[in-house]
Amino acid sequence: MSDYQSAPGSVAEPPAPDPSAPAGGGGSTRLLAAFARWEVLLLAVVVAFIWIGATVSPVFLAPGNFGNLVAAVMEVAIMSLPMALIIIVGEIDLSVESMAGLSAALLGFLFDAGVPLPVAVVACVLVGGLGGLFNGLLVTRAGLPSLVVTLGTLALYRGMALIILGPRGISGFPSEFTSFGFGRIPGTPIPWPFLIYLALAVVLGFVLHRTWIGRRLFAIGKNLGTAQYSGIRVQRIKLQLFVLSGTIAALAGVLLAARFASARADLAQGMTLTVVTIVLLGGVNIFGGRGTIVGVALAALALALLGNVLRLTNVSAEIQSIAVGGLLIVSVLVPNLGRWLGLAFARVRGAPPARAGPGA
Amino acid sequence: MIPQQLRRIAAIGTTLVFVLAACGGPAASPPAATSTNGGGTATPTTGAGQPTDAPAEPTAAPGEPTAAASEPTGDGDLNVVFIPKAVNNPYFDAAAEGAQRAADELGGDFTQIGPQNATPDEQIPYIQDATTQGYSAIVVSATGADEVAPALQAAMDAGISVVGYDSSPTSGAYDVFVNQTDFSLIGGALAEWACNLAPDCSGEIAILSATATASNQNAWIADMETALEDEQYANLELVETVFGNDDPQESTTQAQGLLQSYPDLRVIVAPTTVGILAAAQVVSQENSEVKVTGLGLPNDMRQFVENDVTPEFGLWSVPDLGYLAYHVAALLVSGDITGAPGETFTVEGLNDGQPYEIGEDSVVILGPPFTFNADNIGDFNF
Repeated sequence: MSDYQSAPGSVAEPPAPDPSAPAGGGGSTRLLAAFARWEVLLLAVVVAFIWIGATVSPVFLAPGNFGNLVAAVMEVAIMSLPMALIIIVGEIDLSVESMAGLSAALLGFLFDAGVPLPVAVVACVLVGGLGGLFNGLLVTRAGLPSLVVTLGTLALYRGMALIILGPRGISGFPSEFTSFGFGRIPGTPIPWPFLIYLALAVVLGFVLHRTWIGRRLFAIGKNLGTAQYSGIRVQRIKLQLFVLSGTIAALAGVLLAARFASARADLAQGMTLTVVTIVLLGGVNIFGGRGTIVGVALAALALALLGNVLRLTNVSAEIQSIAVGGLLIVSVLVPNLGRWLGLAFARVRGAPPARAGPGA
Repeated sequence: MIPQQLRRIAAIGTTLVFVLAACGGPAASPPAATSTNGGGTATPTTGAGQPTDAPAEPTAAPGEPTAAASEPTGDGDLNVVFIPKAVNNPYFDAAAEGAQRAADELGGDFTQIGPQNATPDEQIPYIQDATTQGYSAIVVSATGADEVAPALQAAMDAGISVVGYDSSPTSGAYDVFVNQTDFSLIGGALAEWACNLAPDCSGEIAILSATATASNQNAWIADMETALEDEQYANLELVETVFGNDDPQESTTQAQGLLQSYPDLRVIVAPTTVGILAAAQVVSQENSEVKVTGLGLPNDMRQFVENDVTPEFGLWSVPDLGYLAYHVAALLVSGDITGAPGETFTVEGLNDGQPYEIGEDSVVILGPPFTFNADNIGDFNF
């Protein structure tokens, strides 16, 4: 039954009778090439955006501007890293924005109640882990689809946030806290939270691409049944990923509160869409099994640049919305289009076993 | 092998881009700095070298084309950006209309840009990018008073004049806040409209409010009750206050309830745009003789002014709000005012030609609530 789940993602794949093949054998050579091409394409997009920005706006290259555009996407970029892993294993976590809101609300509530800020921050991050655990248990133990579970907790966590804090905003945080969110590393245009992002990206990128854990994640996403039969503890890994996602989302909520110098229950509303956009634009396959952290990082940068260039040229918000939405669709469409065309081409040439090619 | 190489190229390329983006900034900063700092030096809040007598004087050189509005030139032009809570909102578009008129009269530039959703995380990048662009003034309706404050503070530090309108940022994060109306005058206006609509200023009146906890409405209702104690309203009897929770359905139910409970009811006063619309619809459908008044949007209420269910109601003139906000921005840019409480200035066509005085917390009040009726409602579109 679980074999069905991975079916849509492996349109062009051989049925993989050999259990060890999807875990990173020779068969993935061609796919690796595809990833690389996607990242190169993204890189070209980023360079193009920078070139366009520098051409159309005299202030685009000002260092302050670079800091601003990076700061504007820091929270979504941070949340996109665990989201990438979750989508790679074929699941999704739609609740991240509400988790961030719940974390911010809790932070405000605790701070308002006189709890020392560092303690409050730790509590928020722990609650994020618990929220992720709840998502994960429902998905792995109750066997519910993550799309439904996290759609539910998307509403649930936001509701809890509103109950905890109500419509008020809590401000008056110590300046060290708010300047961490809003300020820049002295002498550079780099916002402080970028350090968190960088550390997270390096660690998760290393784990995903250079360790056996990463290979297992790809194996799960590529073919769940095969992964299970080959002894991978699929449910436990998924559970851990949801806990990670909740924890990081809560951290993003804290960073948002710091950047806005205010904790409110409605923070981060609508951010899930942006997070998922970054992940998919980064080349992570929506059906699981494929993706790179470098791609996701480039996608976050591309999105940040696009927003900045459009704002600097006073392009109206609805056009920006169209641009981002179009980018999302293109990012999902193009890789699949390539494969469909490849298949069609193979058929026309009358060579049906084209798929047998890369086996060697 | 090839994919490995490609991956490596991608990784190196990525690093390069980050490095380029980081280094490209400082390297290219001289021209950029002229642009941003130019805006800064041209907008001293002390107003050195600027004419101080004629605020309405165009500050832009007549010969200068203003077509390149998207790029502030930063050479002393009056270049004001309005950042509302959200764009494509008729309310803010109406304010923009007034601001554009002011810009045309003063010879300045006007740009409105802002987020699609009224949230701080969408609005803040607009404030930051407007700062980078070096506008001479930023006029903002805050999506969150505290949330936008650091970004506005940064804009002020960069020498940009910051004006709040519609929704106030935290005090200290703006030079002047232009308030739409003196809220203390609303209660009195509500009593006056009820009196005008009740035959002989007598009979039963009822209030349809928003939520029971809405602080604005509660304050206005308390003010109205105080005003009703005045002798001229002696024959008006406030029979009940009901709450429609600013929900169209609930407001409709409550309005129907009022009509049933009080057959002799003369006027329903709804100090909320949702409530007044619902009440007017109920009264129209039931062909009742009851009149409806309160605070509403002209576009909502147009048909009810025409069918005489709501012969008059109020709000504030939103285009005038934008007009005044632009003027205040221009005065700050020219240095004629600094935003300190006690300063006065005059804007032609507003406030009956009387000077405005900047009050506590650097707040300027547009004026008393504005009354809409059959004579003037055609002039408004919001």
